[in-house]
Amino acid sequence: MNYLMRRLATFPLVLLGVSILVFVAIRMVPGDSITAMLGTEAGLLTPAQRDSLAAYFGIDQPWFVQYWRWIGGILHGNLGISVTYGRPVLDVILERFPLTLELAILSMIIALAVGMPAGIFAATHNEKLSDLGVRIVAMIGQSTPSFVLGLLIIYTLSAGFGVLPAMGEFAPLWQDPLRNLSQLILPAITLGFAFAASVTRISRSAMLDVLSDDYVRTARSKGASARSVIWRHALPNALIPVVTLSGIEFGYLLGGAVIVEQIYALPGLGRMVLDAIQQRDYALVQGSVLFIAFNFMIVNLLVDLAYVALDPRIRLGEQ
Amino acid sequence: MRILRAIFGHGSGRIGGIIVGVYLLVAILGMLGLTPHNPITQYRVDRLHAPNGAYWMGTDLFGRDVASRLMAGVGQSFTVAFFSVAFATLAGTVLGLAAAWLGRRWDGVLMRIMDVLLAFPAILLALLIVTVAGPGTWTSVVAIGIVYTPIFTRVVRGPALSLKAREFVDAARTFGSSSSYIVTRHLLLNLVAPLTVQVTLALAWALLTEAGLSFLGLGTQPPAASLGLMLSDSRNLMETAPWLMIFPGLAIMISILGFNLLGDALRDILDPRMRRAPA
Repeated sequence: MNYLMRRLATFPLVLLGVSILVFVAIRMVPGDSITAMLGTEAGLLTPAQRDSLAAYFGIDQPWFVQYWRWIGGILHGNLGISVTYGRPVLDVILERFPLTLELAILSMIIALAVGMPAGIFAATHNEKLSDLGVRIVAMIGQSTPSFVLGLLIIYTLSAGFGVLPAMGEFAPLWQDPLRNLSQLILPAITLGFAFAASVTRISRSAMLDVLSDDYVRTARSKGASARSVIWRHALPNALIPVVTLSGIEFGYLLGGAVIVEQIYALPGLGRMVLDAIQQRDYALVQGSVLFIAFNFMIVNLLVDLAYVALDPRIRLGEQ
Repeated sequence: MRILRAIFGHGSGRIGGIIVGVYLLVAILGMLGLTPHNPITQYRVDRLHAPNGAYWMGTDLFGRDVASRLMAGVGQSFTVAFFSVAFATLAGTVLGLAAAWLGRRWDGVLMRIMDVLLAFPAILLALLIVTVAGPGTWTSVVAIGIVYTPIFTRVVRGPALSLKAREFVDAARTFGSSSSYIVTRHLLLNLVAPLTVQVTLALAWALLTEAGLSFLGLGTQPPAASLGLMLSDSRNLMETAPWLMIFPGLAIMISILGFNLLGDALRDILDPRMRRAPA
């Protein structure tokens, strides 16, 4: 509990750091957001129109006033107005977030469903040909960038079967679940493949570690069946590194998968931030980076708490 | 020499070592311009040729030789990867040692700054830096370097802290050794092993990030060649000219595989805990 409070207490500090960093960085991008928003039409604005637009978005003030207003707004749940969308930043983010969240969850399900059995299988067949096979596939999987795999999948589908991945207007899960799944399954496989490879490798090595432990030997010598040794005695302890790895990876995925979203034309968080950076949409970049950093920290905290749940011997926060 | 022998005595080390060696050769040839054709010359009459005797990996939409562009691209990717990892290693080692050695407030401040950088989504941080400074080779180097600095800082700080508490450091202090001598001689030398492993694995990530940035159009700028850029350009021609996608895709994948295999082998060889395990 004490640990939890201390960890939570560092949150505002780190978020403050992130907010300053993103605030300064986005303002260093050359060009101004009104020109970026209007393109060539910006030339048609009279100086008075330009001033009133700048005043509307609050970018006419000195930087410290802008920063102060932004931070003040955040404390009231107001992340500002997006120049590109002309709507509150939080609304824009929350509109994109369900896709990113769903993609992250699907990828994690794929990774765990494939990676854990494969890792356990390899560990229980240690140094056999089948173990080597699993390890080779996992190594290749871990070395395959998502964009290479994504393009390969699209190419195989289109050249081999004459079908294209379901793109077009994105259907949210609650409106059209089938269409939604058909749109997300390939991106999820693309992201889940390397993720599954990492899960395989870590669950294999964790399982091998645990299987050589004294208590597993004791259980074996007491006549516990091979199945019971693996599932009841070894697995719960082998889970700890798997939880850490999946948690961290999941935290990254919540930040959006820029490249995979780009390949499959998905309106996720990653592409939104990329566009926002290029459009110099200050409020949107600031708000979404802060949102992503916050999620990342929460997921990391949950991972740490999961340690304790899995292994009561671990006392967090002790040196 | 001993480490080379150990790498080649290790199953995955041997394969990884050979892959990395071949890539280094290709990268050097690519950078020196010793390619079969000029990578940016457009042979207009030979547009979109499938692989053949004259163009081993075919030609692209502008009639440029894919094999030559691939060699130049490998040179480009390796340059960015090496310099960015060197940047991150240097910065991370200095910061990590400083945090561990100076301790107290310095440690707190430095590590909180690293927390901020780690909480900042990595690829977005790189994208932001590249957008601020304008895309290009050296911008990519700095962007990727900054993104990986916190990881190296952590890798150095942890072991440095535990080394600092060891008897031999106390002994060196009692003998009147200066701080800089202790930090460089006793701490740094003992950190070479974990750093070597981290550097090898970081090279794999750096190659991946460089390819990703170029793929998004924010790395190497055309007409220069880079693997990510070639892959991105191949998207619209996937069905008519699949070789435009397959060769750069494989090239990226195998290079990362090489460094991952080598990193794994180095970890087995250099990590003393792992060395004890098989007994």
